[in-house]
Amino acid sequence: MTAYPPAQLTLRAIGKSFASGTVALEDVNLVIREGDFLSLLGPSGCGKSTALRIIAGLSSPTSGHLDWHGAELERGEIGFVFQEPTLLPWASVFDNVWLPLRLRGVSRQDAAREVADALELVHLTGFEKAVPRELSGGMKMRVSIARSLVTRPRMLLMDEPFAALDEITRFKLNADILDLWRERGFTVVFVTHSVFESVFLSNRIAVMAARPGRIFREMTIDAPYPRTEAYRTSPDYAETCRSVSQALGEAMGEEFAHGLH
Amino acid sequence: MASTDVAGRGERPATAVTVDAEELARLRATRRERIGRWLMPLAIMALALFVWDRICVLNEIPPYILPRPWLVLTTLWEDAGILFPALLVTLKITALSLLLAAVGGVGLAVLFAQSRWVEMSFFPFAVVLQVTPIVAIFPLINIYVDNQTAKLLLCAWIVAFFPILSNTTLGLNSVDRNLIDYFKLNGASRWQMLWHLRLPAAMPYFLGGLKIAGGLALIGAVVAEFVAGAAGQESGLASRIIEAGYRLKIPRLFAALVLISLTGILIFVILSTVSRLMLRRWHESAIEQER
Repeated sequence: MTAYPPAQLTLRAIGKSFASGTVALEDVNLVIREGDFLSLLGPSGCGKSTALRIIAGLSSPTSGHLDWHGAELERGEIGFVFQEPTLLPWASVFDNVWLPLRLRGVSRQDAAREVADALELVHLTGFEKAVPRELSGGMKMRVSIARSLVTRPRMLLMDEPFAALDEITRFKLNADILDLWRERGFTVVFVTHSVFESVFLSNRIAVMAARPGRIFREMTIDAPYPRTEAYRTSPDYAETCRSVSQALGEAMGEEFAHGLH
Repeated sequence: MASTDVAGRGERPATAVTVDAEELARLRATRRERIGRWLMPLAIMALALFVWDRICVLNEIPPYILPRPWLVLTTLWEDAGILFPALLVTLKITALSLLLAAVGGVGLAVLFAQSRWVEMSFFPFAVVLQVTPIVAIFPLINIYVDNQTAKLLLCAWIVAFFPILSNTTLGLNSVDRNLIDYFKLNGASRWQMLWHLRLPAAMPYFLGGLKIAGGLALIGAVVAEFVAGAAGQESGLASRIIEAGYRLKIPRLFAALVLISLTGILIFVILSTVSRLMLRRWHESAIEQER
């Protein structure tokens, strides 16, 4: 890791305010490099989800701009995973994963191979015909991830994707998403409010502060990949979590930092 | 506590699954309810018929005032040649107007869903059409429309289309915000958004509206015929009722009433079944409880 990979996207002085007077983001500058696993970590209300929506193109910034360095990603090259699985409840697992291809005019037959591959990646082969309500929360989230991978995105945006899951399922999906990231080599921007999750997953963390939403500190997590369950219990992990926690505490103000002890 | 546990373990039956007393009671209650759901209404119905019959006999009420239940049934059989062609006419008007109400209601709802402005501008008209009693509008329809079938159809349609329009509009607007975002992210066209997202999401609402509209279409068809006062070849059950009333053929009037009720029940059962079959895999309303 001597030379940095090239920047894929730079957020330049991004600001976002709403008519209600809320300043969701103020002067956010951030470089996202190719192949990054970047976590946006912060308390609720720090604008991390808003930042993600701006990157996705679902929302436009009030000020500043996105610099794609001459290679703006097209639709389908950006995958998005929501906090909820956000599946079509009436459609089968196959149809849900087929959806993004279908919207691009790919027929069921032509999509079959890609859909099967995506389902295999998330270990859901054999569940093609099930509908979402027949699946557990973790499996639904896997379908959602398969759906975002089926278009072979170059950047994957994840908005607290595992926040609603139980811890056992979350750990399993953490490991799976890391495997997928290393195998496919896409960039991940991962929104979370969990220090432990962000340290386990990311090579970089942007700690955010609220009111107005801004980037408080950028941190690099040097622990080598692959990171396994052994990493979760290592002193190195604990130490990194402590320093990230401290940064988050500072970002949230002295008052809250005292509350932690 | 511990001692009862041990005692309980000693008495465990040989079956693979141990069922405790609470669970057994629950199972019994479920079975009772399943039988009772059919048995109780039938018993009450039989009781009502019996009381009706007794009232007729004890008060010596003549059949042209209140016929005994059995007489109604035999009249239904004897007058089948008159009543069933009439039923067919009423059924035709009901089914056709329900179909048109579904097409028109969904069509208008889709139009409304295209733009908030269209909805805001036109929805009040639909409400006006709905709240004005059909009996009050009918004299106008009677003047403007010549064709008897068209008259009745229009009348039944006005009554039936509103629940479908109103429900489907609600459904088209009740789509998960995140799913809308997801479709936008994937560059979905307005048409794709409608076809793959809004219409399927509105399906449970539409089916709910259709169930209400089914009954209303029958009411509309009968009321329209009452007001139109039709006679001859194309006359439905309402005409038969009026006619039977004039001629004091009260048993036949009752038989016609029974036919209309049975038709209404049949329409409801059919639409409920269709709704359950279409939604049973995914929608909460149609999923069988397991807990």
